[in-house]
Amino acid sequence: MATPAPADPAAAAAAKHRVGLRRLRLPSGRAAVIGVPYVWLLAFFLLPFAVVVKIAVSQMGTVQPEDLLTWADGQLTLRLTFGHFGLIFTDPLYVGTYLRSVQYAALTTVLCLLIGYPFAYFMARARAAVQPVLLMLVMLPFWTSFLLRTYAWKGLLTANGWAHDVIVGSGLDHVLAALGLIATPGQLMNTPFSLVLGMTYTYLPFMVLPLYGNLAKMDLRLLEAAQDLGATPWVAFWRVTVPLSKAGIIAGSMLVFIPCIGEFVIPELLGGPETMMIGRVIWDELFANNDWPMASAVAGLMILLIIVPIALFQKYQAQAQEQRR
Amino acid sequence: MSTGAPAAERGFLRIEDVVKEFDGYRAVDHVSLEIAKGEIFALLGSSGCGKSTLLRLVAGFETPCSGRIVLAGQDLGGLPPYQRPLNMMFQSYALFPHLTVADNIAFGLKRAGMPAAQVAERVDAMLRLVQLSKFAQRKPHQLSGGQQQRVALARSLARQPQLLLLDEPLGALDKKLREQTQIELVNIIEQVGVTCMMVTHDQEEAMTMASRIAVMSEGRLLQVGSPGEIYETPSSRFVADFIGNVNLMDGRLEVDEHDHCIVACADCRHYVGHGITGSEGMPVSVAIRPEKIHVSRQPPADTQFNAVRGRVREKSYFGSFTVYHLVLDSGATLKVSQSNVQRHRDDELTWGDEAWAHWSRSAHVVLTQ
Repeated sequence: MATPAPADPAAAAAAKHRVGLRRLRLPSGRAAVIGVPYVWLLAFFLLPFAVVVKIAVSQMGTVQPEDLLTWADGQLTLRLTFGHFGLIFTDPLYVGTYLRSVQYAALTTVLCLLIGYPFAYFMARARAAVQPVLLMLVMLPFWTSFLLRTYAWKGLLTANGWAHDVIVGSGLDHVLAALGLIATPGQLMNTPFSLVLGMTYTYLPFMVLPLYGNLAKMDLRLLEAAQDLGATPWVAFWRVTVPLSKAGIIAGSMLVFIPCIGEFVIPELLGGPETMMIGRVIWDELFANNDWPMASAVAGLMILLIIVPIALFQKYQAQAQEQRR
Repeated sequence: MSTGAPAAERGFLRIEDVVKEFDGYRAVDHVSLEIAKGEIFALLGSSGCGKSTLLRLVAGFETPCSGRIVLAGQDLGGLPPYQRPLNMMFQSYALFPHLTVADNIAFGLKRAGMPAAQVAERVDAMLRLVQLSKFAQRKPHQLSGGQQQRVALARSLARQPQLLLLDEPLGALDKKLREQTQIELVNIIEQVGVTCMMVTHDQEEAMTMASRIAVMSEGRLLQVGSPGEIYETPSSRFVADFIGNVNLMDGRLEVDEHDHCIVACADCRHYVGHGITGSEGMPVSVAIRPEKIHVSRQPPADTQFNAVRGRVREKSYFGSFTVYHLVLDSGATLKVSQSNVQRHRDDELTWGDEAWAHWSRSAHVVLTQ
């Protein structure tokens, strides 16, 4: 601009407003309220994580990992072992499992999005009176045990189970076999299909809820504006609704993708030998092989794998916040 | 005021006996209207009077229960909003928050399948028109209210619509900015030469911007005319009361000749310089605008007609004019506004003073409804 703009009056007003609000705020205890959960997380996430990292760089003794620091002959020795991390990248077992975990988590996320988006969309556009009912129906599965529900799928998918009969009866199993999701037609359990089905079923509400929250807030006049400007409802959906629900899509995808990577119970119950995921590898290293450092290294790397998308998400959220202001 | 347009262009937009009901509630009740090409037409009414519904019917967001809407000879019935050759500037603008100013303006052009180079050219032209070229890459939330309003205008004009619909175009702006923007908006609309139908609840906005106004209430059009006609010759008590300030006096028609009539009220007898078509003795109302009444301490020359005596109960000084509230013998209040052409007056009226109010025979109108 040619002339220097005066300080944004809106920002100044907002600042004044904040100062005004501060006077209305409860006198103290703000630090404590924020502090308690932080201390909690520090004590029960960060410290254990440090312990895990410590074990990951130790050597395994006969019963438990050796100490990093040893004091012998008047000499302090620090022994760090990075071989476990090296092994993860060289041994195809680990690399393969990581990739598989990401792949199944990604597939689950995409399926949840494909099923969840229309669901959330029509829920958000339903009459205001029925929305709470629909919302409760989404949360209804949480009223029964997750383990029970996962187990139920076992019964549904094994031979003579309802779902099995419907899928095999309709010939859908041949399609699944062609897609490589099951090994042979007729065999649904303990396959990538049953695993992804179980994870999609379990995590669908985590996709629907943030999407619903986002879509319900949308200003519907924007769609009218789009139509007024010559966009068919379909174009308006892709050009306006979808871009504006980006934050909801990202939030939902994170909530599905992140826990799916580390998922242990569903692969255990519904997966098969070829669907081994990271959770299972950690379990095996720890309990079958009694190799604590290896288990810790795999677990540590998994967290790193998850932190990257979270960090990206945070960055996006911050930007979106900035925009809304 | 006639727009002087040839007959064929008078009915550029024709709304023919349109009815719209929502769950048994009649929002638009047999409305018929013609708008000429190039005209700026305002639908004026308080909230809930059906004016916005009428606008949305024209835009295609609502479907009429009966009646037709014809634009430039084309029946719009059955056309979805995205196929109508018109554009709307929405109340509080409805700018796309995820798109830049330029992309907002380009949105409609791209939907029309315009080649990219041409889109860029047109967007530039629109930005220049509303003087926002510097802000092309900003997001809507980075603009002030007035700037957002101009983006909304540019966006709705970009497709060169045959008809521009404005829904409370200045409603989201504060008063000071509104006055300035009114003129700016009219200038741009006239520069583009687009026919314009606006909806507003603000009579001042309608008066300054529109060449013709339709006053709406409860889904019906009460009166259609130029701002002057609506103000000076309201057709009903509602219109007289809705537009500006007015004194309404109830009375009976005593004499009705072709060039004058006489109405007897509780406080005075009115000699009105126009005839009406009514039967003698029928109940009528007389409407007089406060600024058309004179006050003085002395009785006027003729106290038989068009003069009342009262006592000053309220006096409000507004700078350029002063408003007196006179209590008449019947207990009714008469509002009188006097422009302060002199700085001081020796015989200035004040609270409790006795005063005469009088007016000319062309100052008032007789209303039968």
